[in-house]
Amino acid sequence: MKLTGRKIYKGMAEGEAIVTNDGISFYGGVDPDTGKVVEVGHELEGQSVTGKVLVFPTGKGSTVGSYTMYRMKKNNTAPIAIINKEIDTIIAVGCIISEIPCVDKIDIERIKTGQKLIVNGDDGIVTI
Amino acid sequence: MKLNQEEKDMLDGKYGKATQKSMEILTTLGEIFDAENMIDVFGVQIAGVSYDNLGEAGLEFLNEMAKDGKVRVLTTLNPAGMDRENWRALGIDEEFAINQNRAIDAFAKMGIVTTCSCTPYLIGNNPHYGQHIAWAESSAVCYSNSVIGARTNREGGPSALASALTGKTPNYGYHLDKNRYGQVLVKVNTPIKGTDEFGVLGKLIGDKLGELGKKIPYIVGIPSATIEELKSFCASVATYGGTALFHMDGITPEYNNYPKPSKLMFEISQNDMKKARADLIDDDIEIDFVSIGCPHASIHEIAILSQLLDGKTVKKEFWITTARPTKKIADEAGYSKMIEDAGAKFAADTCCVVAPIKGRFKGIMVDSAKACYYGRAKNKFKVKIGTIEDCVEEALK
Repeated sequence: MKLTGRKIYKGMAEGEAIVTNDGISFYGGVDPDTGKVVEVGHELEGQSVTGKVLVFPTGKGSTVGSYTMYRMKKNNTAPIAIINKEIDTIIAVGCIISEIPCVDKIDIERIKTGQKLIVNGDDGIVTI
Repeated sequence: MKLNQEEKDMLDGKYGKATQKSMEILTTLGEIFDAENMIDVFGVQIAGVSYDNLGEAGLEFLNEMAKDGKVRVLTTLNPAGMDRENWRALGIDEEFAINQNRAIDAFAKMGIVTTCSCTPYLIGNNPHYGQHIAWAESSAVCYSNSVIGARTNREGGPSALASALTGKTPNYGYHLDKNRYGQVLVKVNTPIKGTDEFGVLGKLIGDKLGELGKKIPYIVGIPSATIEELKSFCASVATYGGTALFHMDGITPEYNNYPKPSKLMFEISQNDMKKARADLIDDDIEIDFVSIGCPHASIHEIAILSQLLDGKTVKKEFWITTARPTKKIADEAGYSKMIEDAGAKFAADTCCVVAPIKGRFKGIMVDSAKACYYGRAKNKFKVKIGTIEDCVEEALK
């Protein structure tokens, strides 16, 4: 199945989806050393986003989150791609400076955790 | 988004990696916010300077950009986490100082003027009416849009840096006339005077705008305001209401440019002001720290402080936070000596919001509503607002 959205940052990635309906704050909400979500009460609390296609509605929290994403990329703990329902500036800038393929305006309800995805950041297409 | 040849070349990497990365940030933001084109900016002011906020990740990004990035327009910095000369006397530890200097070195390598101030308009990074800029510090964004009539969105650290390295910003938001109309009419029915009262007014208006889900107030009923009062108001209304632009009848330059808001309106009485002031005074506060200069003290404020402190001795930790060039004017005028002889300390380049002073004091007295907000939220102090004279009196007790 093909889902068409809007390209935010270029690049191709292929991997397993990890999906949440909660917003994500990388600053304070994700541990950049382990790649695990540490925000108390978050749907993904305790789970690692490293090497996965991270699917969530939108970003939240401090603008420092863009720098946290950059640090995860350098630590090899970053997700390999990001899919959002509606991008915000923190996640967009984070993907650009960290070079993580990113697509938004995707109907994320149609994606389930564990599904294999191909993310085409050049054209804004996600294939399940 | 339409790009001209130079902008396309930047995006294609013909001007180097940092410029390319910058143009990627700006074009992506432009696409997200439906900008039609890029515009040239006159100047830039970058936030995210304190190592307390940047961390190692932010620093790594700055170093990467500094490899081949050079600014194309006048660019200054927001306050750093410490006074760059006097950090030891102000109790900053050595490891923090080293890391803070690494960040400032990266900015310097890119050709940024490393004057660290939240009042760029007082130290020569000063646009005129109608000019487009890319500033990040929220109080300065509000001041430049409203008091000067320049045009900027509220930029983040990386997007402001991207504008510095390209000289461009995407044309959306406050750069466009259609987004600069007042949305809510605010009638002030009581006299407002002094930096503290203008701060209290900013909190009141900011809180009400939040309830209404609006950002741009059109304020009537203020017959006059000084630069110091307006900078205090800007800091407060930006902190409590997220406001980047206001109009003030007879005072700000664009007050007559657009249709006035007619549907939404609220009034402010003396009683409202009293209640809002009470919100900025904590019960059972034990004051062990007094600070003036949020936003950074002007030379006029420092002159007043020197008169109030002349020949006296403070009994509490007392910081005057200001821009280094302003401190130098104060040195030449003899104000610094009067202030330092009284035992008060200058903390140039930094401020109480971004310095790593969490938990160091129990209670802070200030003349700034913004400093109250961050004193509580970030540094876990109890807070009290008062006039500049009240603050000095408290420090002498």
